[in-house]
Amino acid sequence: MAATGPHSAPEGGAVVSFRNAEKRYGPHIALRRLSLDIARGEFVALLGPNGSGKTTLLRMAATLVRPTSGAVAFPAYSRDDAASIKRRIGMIGHFTMLYDELTAAENLAFFAQLYGLDEPRRRAAASLEPVGLATRANDLVRTFSRGMRQRLALARALLASPSLLLLDEPATGLDREGVAWLAAALAQLRADGATIIMSSHEQGEVLSLATRAIALRSGAVLDDSNSPGDLRTIIEREAASSVNMWSASR
Amino acid sequence: MTPAGSNVGLTRATFSVFSKELRAEFRSFELLTSTIVFVLIVVFVFSFAFSPTHEDTRRFGAGFIWIALLFAGSLMLQPSFSRERPNDTLGAMVLAPIDPFAIIAGKMLANFFFLVLVEAVLLPAFSVLYDVSLLPVIGPLAGVMFLGTFGIAVVGTVFAAISAQARMRELLLPLLLLPALVPVLIASAGATAGLLADPPDLPRTWIFVLIGFDVVFLTAAWLFGGYLLEE
Amino acid sequence: MSADAKSSAGGLAAATLAVYALVCVAIYGALIWAPTEKTMGFLQRIFYFHVSSEMVGLFAFSLAFIGNIVFLTRRKLQWDWLAVASVEVGLIFSTMGTVAGSIWAKPAWGVWWVWDERLTSAFVMCVLYTSYLLLRRLVDNPERRAVISAVFGAFAFLDVPLVYFSIWWWRTQHPGPMILTGKLAPAMMPMFQLSILALTALMVLMIQQRYKLEKLRHNFEELRNESEYIQQRGAS
Repeated sequence: MAATGPHSAPEGGAVVSFRNAEKRYGPHIALRRLSLDIARGEFVALLGPNGSGKTTLLRMAATLVRPTSGAVAFPAYSRDDAASIKRRIGMIGHFTMLYDELTAAENLAFFAQLYGLDEPRRRAAASLEPVGLATRANDLVRTFSRGMRQRLALARALLASPSLLLLDEPATGLDREGVAWLAAALAQLRADGATIIMSSHEQGEVLSLATRAIALRSGAVLDDSNSPGDLRTIIEREAASSVNMWSASR
Repeated sequence: MTPAGSNVGLTRATFSVFSKELRAEFRSFELLTSTIVFVLIVVFVFSFAFSPTHEDTRRFGAGFIWIALLFAGSLMLQPSFSRERPNDTLGAMVLAPIDPFAIIAGKMLANFFFLVLVEAVLLPAFSVLYDVSLLPVIGPLAGVMFLGTFGIAVVGTVFAAISAQARMRELLLPLLLLPALVPVLIASAGATAGLLADPPDLPRTWIFVLIGFDVVFLTAAWLFGGYLLEE
Repeated sequence: MSADAKSSAGGLAAATLAVYALVCVAIYGALIWAPTEKTMGFLQRIFYFHVSSEMVGLFAFSLAFIGNIVFLTRRKLQWDWLAVASVEVGLIFSTMGTVAGSIWAKPAWGVWWVWDERLTSAFVMCVLYTSYLLLRRLVDNPERRAVISAVFGAFAFLDVPLVYFSIWWWRTQHPGPMILTGKLAPAMMPMFQLSILALTALMVLMIQQRYKLEKLRHNFEELRNESEYIQQRGAS
């Protein structure tokens, strides 16, 4: 696990701590009294079938979703105020979180402004380079393919150099080249000491970076391990069961 | 390591959201053109229904301008929040380290601006079609329009955030908004009627009612609006 | 029935009887004991219920406002239950008061409706709070429903004085042929206060029962979810 790098700082405590966090959407319970600590530098693979609570967990860690009861805390950043904590978080969600009617550059410049970055337009232009979208800076996002939108979404998530990265099935819709690129980007972030929580359905290169696997079922933790052997087993089992669910539903 | 950037104050964040709203709308002008066309249609329909004489227009024109504006507003305000749902761009803004009220305030200002643009078409059209000269009272009239429109924008934006989370939102927004805006309708129409009368006379009470309405609901929006953006 | 249920059912029966008796006394008082008014005669007696209904409606809406604000700050669902119970009951009394006013207007002035400030603002209030209930039906998630309707409820309540004032001022600019305010002769005060007392007691009873209903619904939903979860767990 990375202990040095730009995202490490001499503070103790978990980066994200769920304390009996519960989330109900009417009669549906998305998360049941979840207690979990994510330590600095971990790369957590969040697994489980649809509806098991992965998206809710990620959105709760992003402070987008308020727990119905219990709490989500950020002990490692206990000295920061709420806004500063938010600034440490980058997220790729189920939806692109991008404005179709604006250009790639305009999208990034807007978010750069909201994150208080200096020279937002220049930062936006610079962020397009690593994701390979510099040539499409002035094109409307509406004209982008799924893969391009994912890359732009990642650029948006990384704008303020987040220490905590939350990814909700980031590989969906990416072709093999896109997945390879994503894996490389995440490996670099890991090397820099960022904490990553990623939900995913597939196996493959992205998941192979994981240092910990947490499997959810109906909003509760089924398995949680960071030993390499168990990790593999859990990932394989979850991938297999999601395939089974597909074939069972045919 | 401290992340890049610094915390953005309420004013700056509001301005960023406001410019984004304008930039997005001016890309396609969809909302503005449909609202302006709608308002012009209302103007024509009114004349067919009532065939007002010049005297009638002086007496009823004020109410009619504000009704047209209220209808236009209640249709135009909904996309303010429902447009942000398909791609969860609202979530992206809530995720950002800004005061949630900045999102609402930025949209309020943008909606206010769009409504003023609609008025800039409505008033000349009304003046020409009904042969009522507005130029002699254009100063005070602009003041009344701004105060009343601001009230519509403030309450309308908050209610748009409310109805965006409910079913039947296109019908729900006018349903919630029109009764709530009764004070604005009465005060603005009263003040406008005073200005259109011969000789023009602006009863100050109406101005105080409008200012009071704007202050009360802007404060309420600041206190409670953030709760509407949670999940 | 368990001992608890029995005693609370007994308590409810006693309270209902007491309130019923009080309302009967108030009705009797208004119709028989109160002095007859000079100009309008027997018809004026509707005033006791028209005005007291509207006042009790306003009490209930104020209670709802408190429920809304406290819920937004504390997030305890009990305050949301209080709010919806108070709005429903308030709507009943407000509507009754408005209809009573209308009934009074017809024989007194020959029209069913007068656009005076009290009647009109009461009407706008009824519309706003009906919308509150409609809004609640259109949001499925109970937590979101509570938050959203609380914000709307707060706005609606803050609007009421503004509505009243703007109609009142408009009325003074455009005076109508009639004004509904009744000056109350001192002899009529006791019966009037009795009506208010009786209707307030009725309001409290109704809100309390409606609150309990909401609480039961909530508990039922929770139990059902728990049992589904346990079944699921058992199956897997």
